[in-house]
Amino acid sequence: MEKRVRFNGWILPLCLVFPQILISGIFFFYPAGQAIWQSMFIPDPFGLSSQFVGLGNFEFLLSDKFYLASFGTTALFSTLVTIVSMVPALFLAVLADRLIKGATTYRTLLIWPYAVAPAIAGVLWLFMFNTRVGIVSWYLGQLGYDWNHVLNGEEAMGLVVVASAWGRISYNFLFFFAALQAVPRSVIEAAAIDGARFWRRFFTIVLPLLSPTTFFLLVVNIVYAFFETFGVIHTITSGGPQQSTTILVYKVFSDGFVGQDLGSSAAQSVILLLVVGALTVMQFKFVEKKVHY
Amino acid sequence: MKNLVLGAVALCSTALTPTLAVAQTEIQFWHAFTGRLGELVAEQVETFNSSQNDYKVVASHKGNYSETLNAGIAAFRAGEQPNILMVFEVGTATMMSAKGAIKPVYEVMSEAGASFDQNAFIGSVKGYYTSTDGQMLSLPFNSSTPVLWVNKDALKEAGIAADVDLSTWEKVGEVLDTLKASGSECPLTTAWQSWIHLENFSAYHNTPFASKDNGFAALDTELTFNSPLQVKHIQAMGDWAKEGKFFYAGRRNEGGANFRAGECALFTESSAGYAGIKSEAQFEFEVRPLPYWSEAAGAPQNTIIGGASLWVMEGHDADEYKATAAFLNFLSSTDIQAKWHQDTGYLPITSAAGDKTKADGFYNDNPGTDIAVIQMTAKEPTANSKGLRLGSFDQIRGIIDEELEAVWSGDKTAQEALDSAVERGNPLLRRFEQANR
Repeated sequence: MEKRVRFNGWILPLCLVFPQILISGIFFFYPAGQAIWQSMFIPDPFGLSSQFVGLGNFEFLLSDKFYLASFGTTALFSTLVTIVSMVPALFLAVLADRLIKGATTYRTLLIWPYAVAPAIAGVLWLFMFNTRVGIVSWYLGQLGYDWNHVLNGEEAMGLVVVASAWGRISYNFLFFFAALQAVPRSVIEAAAIDGARFWRRFFTIVLPLLSPTTFFLLVVNIVYAFFETFGVIHTITSGGPQQSTTILVYKVFSDGFVGQDLGSSAAQSVILLLVVGALTVMQFKFVEKKVHY
Repeated sequence: MKNLVLGAVALCSTALTPTLAVAQTEIQFWHAFTGRLGELVAEQVETFNSSQNDYKVVASHKGNYSETLNAGIAAFRAGEQPNILMVFEVGTATMMSAKGAIKPVYEVMSEAGASFDQNAFIGSVKGYYTSTDGQMLSLPFNSSTPVLWVNKDALKEAGIAADVDLSTWEKVGEVLDTLKASGSECPLTTAWQSWIHLENFSAYHNTPFASKDNGFAALDTELTFNSPLQVKHIQAMGDWAKEGKFFYAGRRNEGGANFRAGECALFTESSAGYAGIKSEAQFEFEVRPLPYWSEAAGAPQNTIIGGASLWVMEGHDADEYKATAAFLNFLSSTDIQAKWHQDTGYLPITSAAGDKTKADGFYNDNPGTDIAVIQMTAKEPTANSKGLRLGSFDQIRGIIDEELEAVWSGDKTAQEALDSAVERGNPLLRRFEQANR
């Protein structure tokens, strides 16, 4: 049986959705439309003149093999960030859910990192892994490992992934924890009486019941990795060494605001918009089918 | 206590301003300096403001060089541009092409009726910021050039004579061997790799960095820094990196921390590194001229500058341009320039300021501080050593950084990396040409 609220007439519903439409219009459709318009021009930085080039900016981008490589980097980066931020969060949530004493303290401490802005988090991690004075790189040196993310692309990628995922663990923890609390105790107790051990109960009962939350977090974390990790990359690697940490959104920034090439930057944001749109549609079409609400 | 007094003074002056401000013309000056340099700029502005009653300069810090340029551009688009904007040398081509957004300095000066002698400025500094017909478009503010910094204690420890010849890269190579053999962890490091080891390297060896006189002659310039001499140098550096003789610390001046901490023996860095090294180094150091390859004909030519100049923005009224002219004249006056040069290690922008510094006995008390000036002015600049004027150059530098990192990590040979940098940089020059047609 489906529940529906019915309105008489259309003025009240219109009034109710109007603020949302207004906000979407001003903060999403207007800038997105501008980006699409701008992507067809090569303007000079000061906005004094601009040349219409049609799809020229896209042609320029798609014939640049470094831009194409950036798609691979972005895919790797966002997959890693999503995994590294979700798996430990679930693990911690399960542990915190079983706590009897001091649960609030643990929870509060686990949520703290979320309060740290990405750029600041980047600086903190950079400090620990600084090749000269970093405490972690010093310990690694003692163990005989020469840490140098300034020249080693894989280490640089690892560092930006950890720095980006760190604060997100708290965010994900919060959602997983709330979802775990909502799992009915009676179901778990029944399984326990039937002799199911903890991990069996976890995989056959808890995890499926968590799936709406997991799906939500998957979407949100991928969007996070695509767009909001820019501060971390900017502070830690600036996209280097070579191009090993240049993700799409960082290139939008550096071409637009370092290179003053606003046409290319606009074209890149349009491409990014399409990529994320496609990803979200795909997730809802394929992944959501496996979700039990 | 000092802060309290300052605070009180600041309070009083703000309380008094309304009465004074009636006849005062206020102008905005956006700059990119923090720390010691920020204090020195604030001091210059304060000196100017208290020296007369007609004009008041308000200086604001707008972030690093790139951020300041962006702030200026965004402000211009919003019609809120400052009167004076500090732009680093890399942004020069961008500013020059922005006719309608900038007002050339020579024009500002002549319209304001200010006395302005363009010949007073040092040629190689001025050359960077003049139009093809020799008119100054912006006022050079802070200009530096790369030199070789030496940790004398580190040399002594390795048993190397204090007066060892470091004039050529061949000789430097031998010294690096000795340093490495004696157990040095960091015989050589550098700051600003593209600026020092490609841009200045090319000028210093009288080799073109880009066609059309490094972009001075026309917009349809192409990068040419993959010629044999540059490849030889980058390959030598790459080999040194592999053998542990050259330590790469980062794209900007990260290597400075290693040098100032006494870890590195040799360090190629801007002459403006002086203030930091002098205050932090717990060892004896000295300045040597930038090395060159002795086989190269015509080397050493002259090195080129880095740093920033002040651009006057369009769209203000005549009174404000008068104030701007007065302030720019004040900045280029001999006393102010000489003090700036001595405090910071930046080059004096006028010959008179250099002469005054010499007469003050500063070079005798601080040996080596004149090396940068000599290196820049020893020879008349050629078409290859006047400077660089390339669009999208901040991005091109980013590409060069990436490719050089590939050489330092051993992923590419110097030839492959420089060829790739040229191949990737040229389309950006074409785009810039198209945007400014």
